[in-house]
Amino acid sequence: MTVATDPERGRRKSPLSKALLPVLRTVGTIVATMIGLLFVTFIIGRVMPIDPVISVVGERASKEAYEAAYRAMGLDQPVIVQFFYYIGDILQGDFGQSLLNARPVAEDIRRVFPATLELATLGTFIGVLIGVPLGVLAAVRRGSWIDQIARFVALIGYSMPIFWLGLVGLLIFYGILGWVGGPGRVGIFYVDIVPSVTGMILVDSLLDGNWTVLKDAMSHIILPASLLGYYSLAYISRMTRSFMLEQLSSEYVITARVKGLPEWTVIWRHAFRNIKVQLITVIALSYAGLLEGSVLTEIIFAWPGIGSYITTALLSADMNAVLGGTVVVGLVFVCLNVFSDLMYKFFDPRAR
Amino acid sequence: MKKLQKFALSAVFGVFIGTMAIPATPVVAETPADMLVIANRIDDITTLDPAESFEFAGSDVIRNVYGRLVNFDPLNLDKGYEADLAESWTVSEDGRTITFNIREGVNFHSGNPVTAEDVEFSLRRVVTLAKTPSFILTQFGFTPENITETIVADGNTLKITTDKKYATSFVLNCLTATVGAIVDKKLVMENEKDGDLGNEWLKTNSAGSGAYKVVSWKPSESVTLQSNEDFYLGAPAMKRVIVRHIQESATQRLLLEKGDIDVARNLNPEDVAGVTGKEGISIDSELRGRLMYISLNQNHPELSKPKVVEAIKYLIDYKGMQDSFLNGQYRIHQSFLPKTYLGAIDDQPYTLDVEKAKALLKEAGVENLEVEAGVREAQERVEIAQSLQNTFAQAGIKLNITIGTGKQTLTRYRARDLDVYVGAWGPDYPDPQTNAGTFAYNPDNSEEAKATGLLAWRNAWDPGDLTAKTEAAVIEGDRDVRKKMYEDIQREFQARAPFAIMFQKDEQTGRRSNVKNLNLGGAITAVAYWPVTK
Repeated sequence: MTVATDPERGRRKSPLSKALLPVLRTVGTIVATMIGLLFVTFIIGRVMPIDPVISVVGERASKEAYEAAYRAMGLDQPVIVQFFYYIGDILQGDFGQSLLNARPVAEDIRRVFPATLELATLGTFIGVLIGVPLGVLAAVRRGSWIDQIARFVALIGYSMPIFWLGLVGLLIFYGILGWVGGPGRVGIFYVDIVPSVTGMILVDSLLDGNWTVLKDAMSHIILPASLLGYYSLAYISRMTRSFMLEQLSSEYVITARVKGLPEWTVIWRHAFRNIKVQLITVIALSYAGLLEGSVLTEIIFAWPGIGSYITTALLSADMNAVLGGTVVVGLVFVCLNVFSDLMYKFFDPRAR
Repeated sequence: MKKLQKFALSAVFGVFIGTMAIPATPVVAETPADMLVIANRIDDITTLDPAESFEFAGSDVIRNVYGRLVNFDPLNLDKGYEADLAESWTVSEDGRTITFNIREGVNFHSGNPVTAEDVEFSLRRVVTLAKTPSFILTQFGFTPENITETIVADGNTLKITTDKKYATSFVLNCLTATVGAIVDKKLVMENEKDGDLGNEWLKTNSAGSGAYKVVSWKPSESVTLQSNEDFYLGAPAMKRVIVRHIQESATQRLLLEKGDIDVARNLNPEDVAGVTGKEGISIDSELRGRLMYISLNQNHPELSKPKVVEAIKYLIDYKGMQDSFLNGQYRIHQSFLPKTYLGAIDDQPYTLDVEKAKALLKEAGVENLEVEAGVREAQERVEIAQSLQNTFAQAGIKLNITIGTGKQTLTRYRARDLDVYVGAWGPDYPDPQTNAGTFAYNPDNSEEAKATGLLAWRNAWDPGDLTAKTEAAVIEGDRDVRKKMYEDIQREFQARAPFAIMFQKDEQTGRRSNVKNLNLGGAITAVAYWPVTK
């Protein structure tokens, strides 16, 4: 192959655009996905047999008031124009008003999403911290009692309804033993004590340096977070185990063992390093799942998160709130996917 | 979702029974002596503006935040309305004008004095904004065009003039409703936006003169109230009231047992049974306004026979249902005014009597009757329909149950398309007219009248002289005479109407035993926190 016919040569870009291109491509992907998502939510919002005008002006409004509101909401415009209005509003962070409580949906989401974020993050943290070592151990000691226990633990995590575990957990650790705080994010005495910066009470109380509130919030979050953690642990440990088994039976591991490397190094430095990429996808997906909000957990623990928010909105046909919530959850999924793509590139040179 | 919850609940209950066996004495925490903490489902609050609010949890807040011209004494609801922000009132000769003398020396939370001008503003505001509950006032003929003449403040007095003569007790009962709340004109108008009379602002803020002010309302999370130390009836004992949104009955029960809340308002019958008899916990039972009834379409050739109507009233297992699946949730009640309403009666002439029903059907010459019942897909209604199906069958009536969504069933009911309807009815405002005007009133029974708002019309029933009697009761000035009139109307209704009123809603509340004087408002009003002590 001569230099002159190298097809790559003509297209060679400056180093700046070379670095920029993947970024642009990523942004492009996000934008395209989001437009798709917005389009779907917009269509759902339009085909629902609910009259948004009546929800705003009330059932007994006069015809004039109804029509004024109809025009003010832009419903007299062509659908395509309405769609652009919709996108324009969302770009400004305006999801419209909740029909249920007459507040901006964006404000509601700012209030409920941090509660879920806090819970899901801690839950995932617990799930990874225990699930990954457990999975690795189960793979290494395949068939041993530890593998059986790991399987049993995972099975319970998979199959036990989370509200059951939640209630029994509450009954034992809160009701009988009194080790943890009850339902709710903090005890009633600590409500609204620390200024809300992030909306996550653990972070806010840290920022404020208020240890009492931090301790109380900790005692309230630990049980639901452990529960969600357990749920994701079950999934993560099973996936870790099967990834590890695949690696442990491959030739390079045998080679490493033959070379006389310590078992620890073989497992963690060689085999585990190769499953990191797959694990990241699994963890990111499980995290995203928790970020959707676990409705039952939120209901039982009176946790005002996005899961119960969307559910309540759905049951009362509050479409702005449902669509707002859906867009946010969709955005979370897209972002986590992009994040795990980026992590791929970081951990796996072949993906660069 | 509902089904899922139901399933979840029953599963949860099973678990509870199982785990209750674990011997343990929970350490009981306690809420502070001057704080009342309540668990309730408050996700139905859509607004805190009294001109707009029409939901239970919203009325609960507004009753404690705003004064009204007349109000109910929470410790004696049966006494009826009493002076509140109006110290006294007089009625004109023709019965159309009521002049209220406004109580002096009462201040809003802002410090502004409560004046006749505020009352004028508040009532006019309801009419002008024309939100859903505004009909409670506009039924007296107030319109945005005539309010400058019909609702007028003059010095320390306020005059309201209705379009014709109405019973004074009717007008005053309606003024005890949420729309009768008096708002702070100055403060509200400072927060007006685009001529909305402060509606947007009042949705989430408060401008009242009542026992409490709103500190915060976080939708589906909590409502926090702070006591008004200058409340004209004396500073409330509970300085802070926190209502937390706790969806699950089992969760409410745990919190109550631990003493982290003082009151649990949504305990299901299983959890009520579970805490009954526990030390430090009491269960209250309070009748609310909702009624359960069945009605028979009078366009049906057989169902319109008086003997058949009577027979069916003997084919309902009132007691059986009350003592089984409705236990703790509904009580037998057979007249259309809920107890605690003016003129409510306690007569219960009907019991399950299959033989008597059979005899009546025979007299009517009816055999092999087959009818369709429309039922909404709500657990208790379906169960009631099934019970009816069973008892009707014993007398040879075949009842086919069609279960539909609320909208489907209601649409057919309003179109007179159902033979039998298994329904619930909740009063709209605290006056007997709210129910009399729909059960026992139907001036034009023709198909063309399309009076779909009237229950009598929906069943194609012409109540005969009851329509005139109901009209007369609406304008009777004397409260006691009026009371008697409703009693008579109900007895006549009970005897011949194609409606069998069966049950009245019973609400059970769990509370820590040290909480005293908590009244939920019965069937006519909402909860009151100011008399509560611990």
